[in-house]
Amino acid sequence: MALRPFEEIVTEYGPMVLRVCRAVVGPHDAEDAWSETFLAALRAYPELPEDARIEAWLVTIAHRKAIDVVRADSRRPLAVAEVPEPAVGGSGTGGPGAPAASANGQAQQPPWERDEELWDALKALPRRQRAAVAYHYLAGLPYREIAAVTGVSTDAARRAASDGITSLRRSLPGRTEQRTDAGARQRRAHQREERGERP
Amino acid sequence: MTTPTPRANSGPSGTSDAPAVPAVPGPLAALPDADPAARERLHARLVDGAERAGLLDVAYRTLETPVGPLLLAATEEGLVRIAYGVQDHDAVLADLAERVSPRVLRGPARLEQTVRQLDEYFAGRRTRFELPLDLRLSTGFRREVITRLPDIGYGRTESYARMAAAAGSPRAVRAVGTACATNPLPLVLPCHRVVRSDGSAGGYAGGAEAKRTLLTLEAA
Repeated sequence: MALRPFEEIVTEYGPMVLRVCRAVVGPHDAEDAWSETFLAALRAYPELPEDARIEAWLVTIAHRKAIDVVRADSRRPLAVAEVPEPAVGGSGTGGPGAPAASANGQAQQPPWERDEELWDALKALPRRQRAAVAYHYLAGLPYREIAAVTGVSTDAARRAASDGITSLRRSLPGRTEQRTDAGARQRRAHQREERGERP
Repeated sequence: MTTPTPRANSGPSGTSDAPAVPAVPGPLAALPDADPAARERLHARLVDGAERAGLLDVAYRTLETPVGPLLLAATEEGLVRIAYGVQDHDAVLADLAERVSPRVLRGPARLEQTVRQLDEYFAGRRTRFELPLDLRLSTGFRREVITRLPDIGYGRTESYARMAAAAGSPRAVRAVGTACATNPLPLVLPCHRVVRSDGSAGGYAGGAEAKRTLLTLEAA
């Protein structure tokens, strides 16, 4: 079975990767990280083994791109975190969404983007925990794969996700969980892990 | 309903009897799992970046026409595939991914010229196509046959037998039929103008009705 058209990969996994990018680098840099991730993925795609797990492959690339984006961000002047930038839209094909939002001011921002509590809580996490939480709970990666992506042991990855979600729940009590496809993926990942390698 | 109390270990041991799948934890649920505006914006940005980086191996779009929805696909060299709805566009895209490159993205910009010329054709204002073509999906005798198709003028027809003779193999009538049936660029390479010697229309990749529609359009 040959590789599927890349368009299908974008359709199927694009939303998950965007959510992961938002959780890991915040709302303002997420679209840069997503774009860098999918362009790099497109470049490497023909060489991808046909039995590769697409989620883990994309998250691996997104992890590297997120680090790049954060590094670039730390070299920029202050106030980047406070002032929403228009998405850098290549040669002006960025589309109507981002420019409209910035032109009309903060009132156009969606509620999740203005959720300062959420962003403060995520920013307060050590980077490794923030990544592990996103990769586990949003991408549905098992701890073994998170370990491979982030370069730690499986136990350390499990601890990072666990400590991360515990402190998020403490900072943001009473928020309602959400049942989604990501949840289904997560359960499958859990089941694999439970069958395979949980001590 | 379970209360979202903090769990040190989220491992859902015993999910088999739980009614619902484990959920995205409350703190992360605020992040939208679908964001159509962002999706469109990012898709456009990806296609743009891919084109500039030379990574857009196959760009495609669909077009509604009097003969149904057409899939149009182009490489950097030119138009590589036109497919009718009855040919199953998903299957055609999978075939392009396998035979040309898996770097396939929906990217209408590369097909603007094709769309304009097809619109003109269906409006009766165009009698031949002037488009760069990528013929890599057709080889050998079949390629020889389909590249001769534009010699059959607009509004005229030719028989399979005479096409075979023109290609230098008068006995290859069946092979001409196969070449037309597997033409990767119908309409632009007008295999619909090849008919049976008795004057009946014969088969067509887009279906017999599409062939009649095109011949009627050109006869008007």
